[in-house]
Amino acid sequence: MTQDLSENKTVFGFWIYILSDCFLFATLFATYAVLHGSTFGGPGADTLFSLPFVLAETLILLTSSFTAGLAMLAGHQGKRIHVLVWIGITLLLGLTFVGLELREFAAFIAEGNSWTRSGFLSGFFTLVGTHGAHVAAGSLWMIVLMVQITKKGLTDTLMNRLMRWNLFWHFLDVVWIFIFTFVYLLGIAL
Amino acid sequence: MEDSTHHMIDHSHSSRHGSLVSYIIGFVISIVLTLAAYFIVQQHVSSLHETFSHSFITFAVVGFALLQLLVQLIFFLHLGRDAKPHWNLIVFVYAFLLLLIIVVGSLWVMHHLNYNMMLMPPAEVDAYMLDK
Repeated sequence: MTQDLSENKTVFGFWIYILSDCFLFATLFATYAVLHGSTFGGPGADTLFSLPFVLAETLILLTSSFTAGLAMLAGHQGKRIHVLVWIGITLLLGLTFVGLELREFAAFIAEGNSWTRSGFLSGFFTLVGTHGAHVAAGSLWMIVLMVQITKKGLTDTLMNRLMRWNLFWHFLDVVWIFIFTFVYLLGIAL
Repeated sequence: MEDSTHHMIDHSHSSRHGSLVSYIIGFVISIVLTLAAYFIVQQHVSSLHETFSHSFITFAVVGFALLQLLVQLIFFLHLGRDAKPHWNLIVFVYAFLLLLIIVVGSLWVMHHLNYNMMLMPPAEVDAYMLDK
């Protein structure tokens, strides 16, 4: 009973951290919204972004959010191998996402459109880069979790960590919905 | 006593973490909403911005995003399914409210600052300032 209550407390505490992280993203979204028209003669959102590319990124991250949930379900059923397999798949999808994003960034920079080009690009790189850094951190977390679960099994402590990582990963997909919508879709359409 | 306590915890666990069915439902709805928003924009761009009005696109695409937020909060994050008094939900609603104030407030202020007006080229800003 005591154990269970303290677990609930750490998950609740982590939930509050996630909500505070929402404020970080909210301020970056507001900054981007203010700067997105300031292209300083450089390319705007409509000429820079590619629709099919960003759809692929979105579907990869959405699928990884789903497989993260399946890892959590397998954890509650006590199936260690299933947990490891689902985290492994989520990790691959997460790394693919980060790789695609780095390729996009590299292509922009190679064309001379880095964050120093215009206010719009500063806002873009800060917002999307901060999200990408979160995804990279979540991927590192998955590697640590996989090693720990392999060594120690699904102990109470590790189930607790799995739960928090699961919240974190779902949160990153929720943030991406808004990057996909406001930065990419509306940037291209309007 | 022991038994009833155990039962309570067990119950809150199973309902809090959802099931395979709820994850699949959330996943499928999220994909449909993503594709719907994508095809509206694709259709609009391939018709050289003539199929829809800009306000329609904005409302539709932002509407789909908010719907997907709701779907993922319910089916992936299981918000509101924690034990009463739903602390997770309460702090979320409070944070969401503050977040709206910060974002909407910031944009409102920035839209009204003369030299930081969005969607106005520098030449127009200068003309506007000279006019005042």
